[in-house]
Amino acid sequence: MTTANTSSLTMYEKLWQSHLVEEKAGETPLLYVDRHLIHEVTSPQAFANLRFHNRPVRHPERTIATMDHNISTRSIEIDAAGEGAANQLRALEKNCKDFGIELFGMGHKNQGIAHVMGPELGLTLPGTIIVCGDSHTATHGAFGALAFGIGTSEVEHVFATQTLRQTKAKTMKIEVKGHVGKGISAKDIILAIIGKTGSAGATGYVVEYCGEAIEALSMEERMTVCNMSIEFGAKAGLVAPDQTTFDYVEGKEYAPKGEVFQQAVSDWKKLKSDDDAVFDSVITLEAKNIKAQVTWGTNPGQVISVDGCVPSPDNFSDPIEKESCISALAYMDLTAGTKITDISVNKVFIGSCTNSRIEDLRAAANVVKDYTAKGQSVQSTVDAIIVPGSYRVKAQAESEGLDKIFSKAGFEWRLPGCSMCLGMNDDVLGEGDRCASTSNRNFEGRQGRGSRTHLVSPEMAAAAAITGHFVDLNS
Amino acid sequence: MEKFTTHTGLVVPLDIANVDTDQIIPKQFLQKTERVGFGKHLFHDSRYLDHSGNEPNPEFILNKPEYKEASILLARENFGCGSSREHAPWALEEYGFKVVIAPSFADIFYGNCINIGLLPIKLSEDEIEQLFNQADGAKLNLTVDLANNTVSYGEVSFTFELGQFHKYCLEEGVDSVGWTLNKLDTIKTFEANMPAWQ
Repeated sequence: MTTANTSSLTMYEKLWQSHLVEEKAGETPLLYVDRHLIHEVTSPQAFANLRFHNRPVRHPERTIATMDHNISTRSIEIDAAGEGAANQLRALEKNCKDFGIELFGMGHKNQGIAHVMGPELGLTLPGTIIVCGDSHTATHGAFGALAFGIGTSEVEHVFATQTLRQTKAKTMKIEVKGHVGKGISAKDIILAIIGKTGSAGATGYVVEYCGEAIEALSMEERMTVCNMSIEFGAKAGLVAPDQTTFDYVEGKEYAPKGEVFQQAVSDWKKLKSDDDAVFDSVITLEAKNIKAQVTWGTNPGQVISVDGCVPSPDNFSDPIEKESCISALAYMDLTAGTKITDISVNKVFIGSCTNSRIEDLRAAANVVKDYTAKGQSVQSTVDAIIVPGSYRVKAQAESEGLDKIFSKAGFEWRLPGCSMCLGMNDDVLGEGDRCASTSNRNFEGRQGRGSRTHLVSPEMAAAAAITGHFVDLNS
Repeated sequence: MEKFTTHTGLVVPLDIANVDTDQIIPKQFLQKTERVGFGKHLFHDSRYLDHSGNEPNPEFILNKPEYKEASILLARENFGCGSSREHAPWALEEYGFKVVIAPSFADIFYGNCINIGLLPIKLSEDEIEQLFNQADGAKLNLTVDLANNTVSYGEVSFTFELGQFHKYCLEEGVDSVGWTLNKLDTIKTFEANMPAWQ
């Protein structure tokens, strides 16, 4: 039993304390919310309730709206993704106008997936609490912000009060020791973590990722890791802010400037967990053991290294995991023992709030270039789309000529949005389609009823598009 | 929000672990600006054989006639994982569920249920197993007593835990936004002390 120094705190506890508005016997603690991101799908009912009660948005300047979930990736026309989507997009326009909220609408230079747009504009800051009606809000934890997804009732609560009631979570430290091998991406790190913990391994916890392998990551890579915290049940994921963080934030459009920025950095440096802080749970991984990952099942915990084989139900002793394996193999139409590299795909999706940033696109483009140099392009049996995370990412990629590399190799270069990650627009898989996807969820029906999703890194998705199957790029 | 005191109803057992909110309400039904119209799409892909939802799947447990009147959903571990969509509890509520019982829930889903007055009850694995054994053949009617934190049938009674404030909000049907707006002075004091960069 470790004796805790009561003055030692984890980063989560520091964030909690600095945002605690009120803690009163018999009431759930009240926390201050610094930044609220909203989109068209989970906000309309919250605005409707505000109107019903005749309540204003208390701090409209602390909320930023974007259109991302159900927009078309082929056209910037608001009607391009169908009537239901258009109704929600128009409702968002009206709501933002009526309540004084800044909106990045169709084709705006700042428009993008909420979790790509927030960080690149400097709306995401260390030491803040950030919420959004979307479970991948955990992405912003990469900055040392306490960031988590909320439901629509909570969206309304934040609108009206700029606070939220939250039950304190337990703390989990996930240390990734040493350095990953060549060609191993942030996506592989987080999939390996989820493979170890299982898809509900961190329910009730806020996770802090640390260790040399995490410290070595760029901000975009840290976002990929934190993004998938929800996929093993965590309330939020955190990485301690450091020089990498401060350098990224400095100069961004909405970030503090000058002396205020200097003061902020000095405050942010105090955020990291104290050396002797005690976590409720600690998990350790050796980075050198992490290989490229591919999910084989219907939850993100059902994942294996690319040099492995589809597992058999007999590999699981836990009866629920065994049962989950049986139903996953049936849904995925996979046979135990099949080599992962023998699994063929007919669809490829590179995008989503997990993997649609410029570094993701560069990584995918590098793989594509290697193949095109050998005269290879996207397999005729494969449809492959690339959906940048925001208009800024799109513009940057085009300035670097990445769009040309992709288009020349047979990929479709699309407009930004959430797209096929959840398929609320027309980017949907058909029944029986098998997709290498850089998104975050391989749930049954997630990308389309009866469709089969394998979660992978951008590099793996690019290689799968060209070869038609998964590839161990390091062998 | 309606007040929750006690509820007695038929239990339908959904014997699947890790039921995610995409399964509870698929994305194509989220394109609404109102809070109604979700119940008929609950568990759409399992419940209907066709895309448009006209052909009920006779194998799916909610479609079995004996469970038609069920108002308590008995589920397995990690119920409600994945997307934060509150449309999932809205759909369950609109279908007619008052209570969901499981050994564990995903955090966001659990909070969303509380916020709309759909009672999520966590019981131990053993208690859940016992309920699954009883629920076959639509023979299990449970009484949930919120004041006493109990779930009971016949002589059997299980106790569940619920946060004090959550319980109060459910019992009184509290408008939680209004409740917090009464504390505006405290919030303003907090704001006055925040650093400039925040």
